[in-house]
Amino acid sequence: MSGLIQEMSDKAQRLGIPLAVQLDLTYRCNERCVHCYLDHDDRGEMTTAEIKELLEQMAEAGVFFLTLSGGEIMMRRDFFEIVEHARRLSFCVKLKTNAVMIHRSEADRLQALALDAVQISVYSHRAEVHDAITKLPGSLKRTIAAVRLLVERGVKVIFANVLMRENFADYPGVQALAAEVGAEYTIDPTITPMMDGDRSILNLNIERAQLQQVFRDASILGTSPEEFCVPPGGPPTADDAQNMLPCSAGHTFCYVSPYGDVYPCVQFPLPTGNVRASRFLDIWKHSPQMTEVRSITLSDLPVCSTCSHGGGSCTRCPGLAYMEGNMRGPSSQDCEKSFIRTGVETAGMLIRREARSIDGLVQIRSAAGPGSRAESLQNCL
Amino acid sequence: MSPVYIARVKEVAARSIGGEMMIMSARDSMLFSLNETATAIWQAADGVTPLAEIVRRRVCAQFEVDPATALRDAEELVEGLAKHGVLKLSNLPIEETP
Repeated sequence: MSGLIQEMSDKAQRLGIPLAVQLDLTYRCNERCVHCYLDHDDRGEMTTAEIKELLEQMAEAGVFFLTLSGGEIMMRRDFFEIVEHARRLSFCVKLKTNAVMIHRSEADRLQALALDAVQISVYSHRAEVHDAITKLPGSLKRTIAAVRLLVERGVKVIFANVLMRENFADYPGVQALAAEVGAEYTIDPTITPMMDGDRSILNLNIERAQLQQVFRDASILGTSPEEFCVPPGGPPTADDAQNMLPCSAGHTFCYVSPYGDVYPCVQFPLPTGNVRASRFLDIWKHSPQMTEVRSITLSDLPVCSTCSHGGGSCTRCPGLAYMEGNMRGPSSQDCEKSFIRTGVETAGMLIRREARSIDGLVQIRSAAGPGSRAESLQNCL
Repeated sequence: MSPVYIARVKEVAARSIGGEMMIMSARDSMLFSLNETATAIWQAADGVTPLAEIVRRRVCAQFEVDPATALRDAEELVEGLAKHGVLKLSNLPIEETP
């Protein structure tokens, strides 16, 4: 993060300003990606007028960075009307799309909108692999044709390459393709559970050895592997733990669904209110759930505050922890990543192992009263 | 000396965060932070009010500052912002494009 963005973010946090929002315009999609966490049916999307009103409220609240995502955003017939309204309100707009519906005329309109960036999902440089993931025949060809139209017009394009077992081997090819067409390249090595809590898609996650390979690939990290994989510096001090916040979710960032539901993050499905019933800023400032998320510092995380990774190297996602059942607990996926990165087990991993052995002792579990070790372990997991 | 007119460029993102204007240029994703005085000038950059008038009304009237110094600083500021493509400068009023 650049110095100025960090300063702006710190200031927004001090002032309680939602600096960045992801607004999903629709969950409908023209692709059916195997790893997607969404239900694609339309269950009552906000109307054009409702979205425009929401954008006005968000501008008034101080939102600067606006990411419009989905589903496939261009499935909405009013897509351009919405983006044009957002730009009139001076948001810094980033789009997330699969780009298959972008042709010459759409590319022209997107160019005129002076967007910050268009992030486009690309899973492989080989059509047979990409199209097998999206389940839309011809999708890679259409996506790359759109990328070229955008880049020709000076629109910043970012490839988002989600890594799964079936496309892992292709990421160098996607990187090379990004360089060839003039796009930036990012990867996401984490498959997240479905919004309804179904965790079955997690078996698409890449294997440990593959993640290890990613964490040692300087071309992806943007820093040296030695620096990235440096062993953790030990648990935080009590003072540090009181001041360290889990992440920006609920502090300077939130997520709004196509139905107007507001959550701390796209990956943190804790309902905090609905903009059809309350003003955006009221939900942001006064919802009990948002207030609770904001009140949590590292010292409130019983396991993570004792973890050797807790002093700064941890990338724990409170949303993933919430989806595992406890927003104050560790996120097993992030514990795994910290371990693979550094070779040092996390406190969450050690406690899980201990809990598994306790699970075998049925008589201890059944006899446990309030405040017992068995119960407090359960609360942490 | 001919008057200077300034107009905000539409191809930027801008938001006031705690009284300071944050501006992101779409051209190169460069981020600018304007202090309170510069923010006042930015907000008044309507393309038809001369810079000297903006400085007189929005800067000298609100901040205790010598008018000549304020105008010199404002000229430097707007030239800098124009170089980065976030503000238009002209010696003639700047008409708004649709």
